[in-house]
Amino acid sequence: MHCGEASGWRVVAAAVGLLLVAATLTGCGSGDSGRVVLHSYSPVDGADQYAAAAAACSRASGGRYTIQMRTGRRSTDDQRLQLARRLVANDSDLDIMLLDVIWTAEFAQAGWILPYPADLARHVEQETLQGPYETGTYQGRLYAAPLNTNTQLLWYRTDLVPNPPRTWDEMIQMAEDLAARGLPHYIEVQGAQFEGLTVWFNTLVTTAGGSILSENGEVEVAHGDAARRAMEVMARVATSPAADPSLSVAKETDARLAMEAGLAAFQVNYPAVHASVNTPGPDGGGGTFIDPLGRPTIQDTGRRVRDVFGWTAYPSVMSGKPATVTVGGLNLGVSTTSQHPAEAFEAVQCLRNRENQLRNAIDAGMPPTLRELYDDPAFQREYPAWQAIRDSLAAASVRPKTPAYQNVSIVISDLLNPPAEINPDTMLGQLTDGIAEAVKSEGLVP
Amino acid sequence: MMMTAQTGVRAPVSARGHQRVPVPEGVRSEHRFAALLCAPAVLVITVVAAYPIGYAIYLSFQRFDLRFSEQRSFVGLANYGAVLTSHYWWQALTVTLIITVVSVAIELVIGLALALAMNRTLVGRGLVRTVVLIPYSIITVVAAFSWQFAWTPNKGYLAALLPAGVAPLTDQVSAVAVIILAEVWKTTPFMALLLLAGLALVPDELLRAAQIDGAGPWKRLTTVILPLMKPAILVALLFRTLDAFRIFDSIYILTQGSNGTGSVSMLGYDNLFIVFNLGIGSTISVLIFMVVAIVAFVFVKLFGVAAPGAEADERRQR
Repeated sequence: MHCGEASGWRVVAAAVGLLLVAATLTGCGSGDSGRVVLHSYSPVDGADQYAAAAAACSRASGGRYTIQMRTGRRSTDDQRLQLARRLVANDSDLDIMLLDVIWTAEFAQAGWILPYPADLARHVEQETLQGPYETGTYQGRLYAAPLNTNTQLLWYRTDLVPNPPRTWDEMIQMAEDLAARGLPHYIEVQGAQFEGLTVWFNTLVTTAGGSILSENGEVEVAHGDAARRAMEVMARVATSPAADPSLSVAKETDARLAMEAGLAAFQVNYPAVHASVNTPGPDGGGGTFIDPLGRPTIQDTGRRVRDVFGWTAYPSVMSGKPATVTVGGLNLGVSTTSQHPAEAFEAVQCLRNRENQLRNAIDAGMPPTLRELYDDPAFQREYPAWQAIRDSLAAASVRPKTPAYQNVSIVISDLLNPPAEINPDTMLGQLTDGIAEAVKSEGLVP
Repeated sequence: MMMTAQTGVRAPVSARGHQRVPVPEGVRSEHRFAALLCAPAVLVITVVAAYPIGYAIYLSFQRFDLRFSEQRSFVGLANYGAVLTSHYWWQALTVTLIITVVSVAIELVIGLALALAMNRTLVGRGLVRTVVLIPYSIITVVAAFSWQFAWTPNKGYLAALLPAGVAPLTDQVSAVAVIILAEVWKTTPFMALLLLAGLALVPDELLRAAQIDGAGPWKRLTTVILPLMKPAILVALLFRTLDAFRIFDSIYILTQGSNGTGSVSMLGYDNLFIVFNLGIGSTISVLIFMVVAIVAFVFVKLFGVAAPGAEADERRQR
């Protein structure tokens, strides 16, 4: 019995020892040959392209570093939560992060990402489009270098809408006319209670000449009549027969699907819908047949949604002044928990170089951020919507820059959802109070 | 019968308090041994349950936002004040209570009917029980996605039954109704199983005696079966109430809390994991814990739900 006990303890000790060894092996930052291993997590969308870029950069580094790109979560919120958990737990196996543009201020304020060295920041500024560059800065310093960008365009059915609308008012009018004629007429826009609704509001407010927060983080939403005009547009869309009945729960994917199914005449959405609609069958987005009047049909009419899929600039709030569309996209940041920041900053430059941005654009549909690419005929050939995207980016607006952006966004999307119940008269005060509290991250978020 | 059992329990306690009956050495060492045997379990529970609860309470007295960690400080009851004066909390609590009460009530009725049917099934009893359990075995998130699909206009088969242009998930009342329906569909089998176990407590001869005395099916249900099943019913209600109160995944998929359909668990999640406000989020968690504790207390003290194993104790002491 005594002997048995002793051997039992030995087994336990051996198991613990093995675990410790395993932990040291996997936790080690450097590979066997002295190569630095840089760890990174990419979102699911475009994961193949990011992995390809990581492999190319590892090869090009001349043996100094290897980038290990792991695929993270699909949803933006989940991805952010995963990164935050690792950062709070001081995970040293986290070097390069692909950061959504809305996280810059938050991650910088929390001390989770390193500011770029001044000379590198200057270089990034020179080669990058202005709007996307702005999204990576906080309090005058660059914290995240733009990898790709995103901007919404208006996608519409060329058969139903011969002359695309330039303003929301025109678009609502056209959609109501189509509805009266019994044709596909929905306007698809992000009306669900989520960040996309905040983006819609931010675009409309800035287009009308206002802003939600000032550069210093003061609440400006009630200055002038921009917020009121924005809310009027949203309420008008939502209460008109032009609205999809599911508007108050609709996100980007719902917009894309409604358009591909031939039910919508308009959608406000990101350029990835262009790649989706042209995907060949059977999952092909734009494969739905349409009859001579433009209605979806199951009969093979030889004409499909993808044949009548056009795009133009985002509709404005007033004619003659282009919309200032909210910029999206991903930036590259270096973690403060990284043990190899020098190599990480070097790798970041490679990950966002011309070749990798081009692959990202052509294979995943994500607009690049390097100025020179937009002048490149090869790129223009491969990326048909380039001009509309560049024009949209030139006039772009940035989301409110505050570490508490999530709070602000939640307050806005809670108040403005459902869009059909927006009352500009009573809600302006609520918005101002709610945002003022949210910026300080005090109290509850809904 | 109930009364005598209770006095039987109380009598020795009060006697011990007054006279200090000496405990024999053998019994004492037996107690020590029992405590020793329990120790590992108690230790594990302390680590995995008591520590997180204690830490949540500790955090709930602090201003602690991960993004503003330099502002971390003790703020006393300020977080409780912020939560309890916020209409978001009260709205979420109301929605949660409505979902809990309505869904548990419906589940009880349908679950009882299912249990009675299963009890009577003569052929294919195993098959019937398995079929009834299918909804319960489906992952909640998967079920929620299929409900969401079914209720989306132009896509779902259930939405197709409604007039055109009606989107039930976009309105508070109908969305809560859909959430309740999803809950009921999913957890009624669980309720039915618990009640089926309770039905086993009803002796057949008693039912036959009642039948001979002229009691019809309804009379037998209300005067014989239900009173005898009461302990099982209360346990089933307690389990389901506590479970339903913490509803999260169905709502997370079906509406994300849009249109005023968020539950208290959603509120806690958003404050903890979306805005990283650990102080406020922990406060909400503690309040949820307190509501759950009150519900359990009410069930146990007022309705006399027996804790598992308590009956055995009573019997031994008698």
